[in-house]
Amino acid sequence: MSDRSKLVDKYFRTENLPHIWCPGCSHGITTRAIVKAIDDLGLNPENVVIVSGIGCSSRAAGYLNFNTLHTTHGRALAYATGIKVSNPKLDVIVITGDGDASAIGGNHLIHACRRNIDLTVIVFNNSIYGMTGGQYSPTTPHEAFGTTAPYGNIDRAFDLVKLVEGAGATYVARGTAYHALQLTNYIKKAITHKGLSVVEAVSSCPTYYGRRNKLGDAVAMIQWMKDTFVEKRAYERLDEEQRIGKFPFGEFVNIEAPEYTDKLYQMINEVEARHEAGV
Amino acid sequence: MSKENLVLRLNRVSCKGCGICVAFCPTNVLAIVEDNKCKIVNLEACIKCGQCELRCPDYAIYLEEASGE
Amino acid sequence: MNKKALLMQGNEACVRGALYAGMRFYSGYPITPSTEIAEMSAVLLPTVGGAFIQMEDEIGGIAAAIGASIAGKKAMTATSGPGFTLKMENLGYAVMSEIPLVIVDVQRGGPSTGLPTQSSQADVMQTKWGSHGDNSLIVLSPNSVTETFYLTVEAFNLAEKYRTPVVILTDEVIGHAREKIILPEPGEIEIFDRLPPLEDRPYRPFGVEEGDKVPRFAAFGTGYRYNITGLYHNESGFPSNSQENAKLMLERIHNKLKDEEIIKYEKYQMEDAEYVFLAFGSTSRSAVAAVNELRAEGYKVGLFRPITIWPSPEKAIDEIASKVEGICVAEMNLGQYVLEVERIAAGRTKVSHLGRANGDILRPEEFVNHAKEYFNER
Repeated sequence: MSDRSKLVDKYFRTENLPHIWCPGCSHGITTRAIVKAIDDLGLNPENVVIVSGIGCSSRAAGYLNFNTLHTTHGRALAYATGIKVSNPKLDVIVITGDGDASAIGGNHLIHACRRNIDLTVIVFNNSIYGMTGGQYSPTTPHEAFGTTAPYGNIDRAFDLVKLVEGAGATYVARGTAYHALQLTNYIKKAITHKGLSVVEAVSSCPTYYGRRNKLGDAVAMIQWMKDTFVEKRAYERLDEEQRIGKFPFGEFVNIEAPEYTDKLYQMINEVEARHEAGV
Repeated sequence: MSKENLVLRLNRVSCKGCGICVAFCPTNVLAIVEDNKCKIVNLEACIKCGQCELRCPDYAIYLEEASGE
Repeated sequence: MNKKALLMQGNEACVRGALYAGMRFYSGYPITPSTEIAEMSAVLLPTVGGAFIQMEDEIGGIAAAIGASIAGKKAMTATSGPGFTLKMENLGYAVMSEIPLVIVDVQRGGPSTGLPTQSSQADVMQTKWGSHGDNSLIVLSPNSVTETFYLTVEAFNLAEKYRTPVVILTDEVIGHAREKIILPEPGEIEIFDRLPPLEDRPYRPFGVEEGDKVPRFAAFGTGYRYNITGLYHNESGFPSNSQENAKLMLERIHNKLKDEEIIKYEKYQMEDAEYVFLAFGSTSRSAVAAVNELRAEGYKVGLFRPITIWPSPEKAIDEIASKVEGICVAEMNLGQYVLEVERIAAGRTKVSHLGRANGDILRPEEFVNHAKEYFNER
């Protein structure tokens, strides 16, 4: 008898478990949500490609039994673009962190959104660089602490949802590790959506972000998500005062727009046909 | 799938003792014990809701169909 | 067969060669003096069902090309100095994860933005040492439009055969020169495709099967699910911190390119040469003219032209160093490849450098004067 669930046995490279993540790191929760979404959708694992960058979250790729590509820091979306264009039938999912996606990889992120290429991007946002030991990232809140923000972060933080919406993503959602069921649903919709989809998965780093900011242990950080994140429609009903210290989660964008590889191959097919006809 | 066929499994080797499953179990089935790992302490109370499996970062606790035995 | 001679630019010949070799993906970013390669690829790739995409930056240009190669396409990107610098990170990734890829560097004057429209050969060391860590890759240097075509075909073949990035190190002069070229018919040059996994055994994505030079390549989506990473990894592709594994893996990546089959060079008037010019790329053309002029005056000079720049043609240079009185390494830089020649010659012959890095080509008379100075002092 296996000592792991059927889901884990089916989709994880169990010989590589346990994973490297710290006790209570929510990356394991989000990774399971991705796998659950893939299972629920019944995707053919042979056609699933997971591309990741560098950082704690990006280590997820190695544990998953799909076609997995652990790339360079920030570049996952560019690699993924090459893969998707080369074989549009593949389901390409990018796993990235807040620093990977929005700092060093920020340019690739906005341009992937602009192209509306059919990729699914899951951003594990724990508001810190965990792999290197707790430096502030573009999503570290203003005045929060990191090892490189020892007197409080003077930067202002990105709102990833607004960033990718502004850049042209056609499906955008935010979930949290606490709201793992809803998170799974957003990931399912993101994968099914034709175009560039981004799901921000609010994550917790008890080891670095939690300690530096005195947020308590792993449990307290998940509890914080439960207490702080309000489903978007409920959030919209709150008045300004009630919104203080609260954040919305849910679906923010879900629109149809021409998809990049569709347009590209439409053009290629037309040109090739004209060329073959000698026109 | 009927919940009656489900059994709660805990793989203590995989458990890193974070306590998330304990905190969010609605019926207090679980506890962190002396070795800093999770233990099923009140199985009778388990309603097989799957909240523990949903949020276990280490895939140590899960519900499984009993017919597998 | 009645073949038509065409007038073609070096950069176009590169694209024609790439298509001949089976390129079906190009991604890049515009930069002088390489831009015609992107433009021609954009025009021609769709005619054969291939994809051209312009990426948001140079880094994206190489990263997408690596992704395409992983998905099974023959992929290329092209750039020049500043862009080549930006590509270094992912060039190293392709070395480490053994991804077939062709990168064209049409050299221009540097450092930095330098001289965008003028020529240079100052990226020689960067091709080899530009990316961090102990890199090993193949670098080819064409000296004409026709050779640009053939070496681009060769670059794809080598990339596929050795699972490695291959750099075509050309320069502004060769890239923009227009010359007569007669293109080969399809089938005239052998085209090599990466070897797929063997079906009679479990696939080891980074393990070498007996009789093979490199691990077999399964494109993503073809039924082999495995991991690719830029970290040191085991045969399955999973990251490994083992120092023993790191040692073996790096040795394997280095040793696979110590294959004499890779090495190409050309000798001109070398039989009885007492003094030798060593030059590659556009510079070698001035060297030919200088050799002819000096020979006419009775000087016993020759030309050795490395076509494979890296790995360097060590055996051939070694042999020359043991025979001739002097070697003049001529290159459009302040002294780069000369260091490699000095290393190989190891004091057995006088090695001198003829070079400049102001955008101007080295002229035949400079070679002539340099050689005469040597002969006069002898």
